[in-house]
Amino acid sequence: MIDAEDILSVAAAWHQDGEQVAVATVTETWGSSPRPAGSRMAISKSGKMAGSVSGGCIEGAVADVAGQVMATGTPKLLDFGVTNEMAWEVGLACGGKVKVFVEPLT
Amino acid sequence: MKTATIIALNQKRAAREAVAFAKNLSDGSEFLLPDDAAPEALNAAGLAALAADKTGTHIIGNESWFIEARNPAPRLILVGAVHIAQALAPLASMSGFEVILVDPRQGFGNQDRFPGASMVNEWPDEALDVLKPDTRTAVVTLTHDPKLDDPGLDRALKSTAFYIGALGSRKTHAARLERLTALGHTPEALARIRGPVGLDIGAVTTPEIALSIVAEIVAARRGGSLGTRAK
Repeated sequence: MIDAEDILSVAAAWHQDGEQVAVATVTETWGSSPRPAGSRMAISKSGKMAGSVSGGCIEGAVADVAGQVMATGTPKLLDFGVTNEMAWEVGLACGGKVKVFVEPLT
Repeated sequence: MKTATIIALNQKRAAREAVAFAKNLSDGSEFLLPDDAAPEALNAAGLAALAADKTGTHIIGNESWFIEARNPAPRLILVGAVHIAQALAPLASMSGFEVILVDPRQGFGNQDRFPGASMVNEWPDEALDVLKPDTRTAVVTLTHDPKLDDPGLDRALKSTAFYIGALGSRKTHAARLERLTALGHTPEALARIRGPVGLDIGAVTTPEIALSIVAEIVAARRGGSLGTRAK
């Protein structure tokens, strides 16, 4: 049985099916961030998503970057924190801070 | 990340072997630790992460490494493949536990009632002697039958299991404690048994009782305070 938290296996399965896939991983957190370090999200070129790296606040921004990472093949380390006007855009409304590493699956 | 790494991680998990996944956050290189090819300081950080069961970022040399502790899943041994186990097993499995059912009665412990479950059709004492509960194992007895529950609890009490629970009313539990005392268990040892089992969330239905038990196990594992959150 594939457990619901096993995002890496989901990513590997998509890759096996011939899809381009990126994996995002929470590498560090501060304050009341909703998901702990090690939380993952997989994003495919065709737009499939599995897992999460926050309570839903930054997934869209991470998916955007995942698209770039798949295009360039270069990983990116992203910094998210609540910053006033940006909070509703891509920040964490809960006031936490997270770093997310986005990389292509090869 | 390489697909070969994911395959290797899955093999480690299937074999219940601990491994630390390390990722260089500058150049994207990765290791499964311990690895002879990895820098000594990285191997040391990997072992420390596993010992503490902590995932996070570390500065090693002057590089940032994400190190993920991937210890084997904690186990939940259920004595009694009874009705409540049918709710408890999937709920615990969803919560990250490897569930093992023990019931010598094949009318209860069979694949029709528990499709795909890990099932041991042996007497609980014999089963637990083989399964050897450790500090990453929870044991819960569910049968209400002293012939089955008592030997399971006896072996659980002789182990380092981090959680021991026994389903049954206060009256049943008092009688159970008397029998276990007669087997030579001290009051301090018997205090380890959560009975009646589960958090008091006012559970009525079978899935609700299962939820209260899983919640109590999670609290024991994570050191939860069990209070209502501050407003």
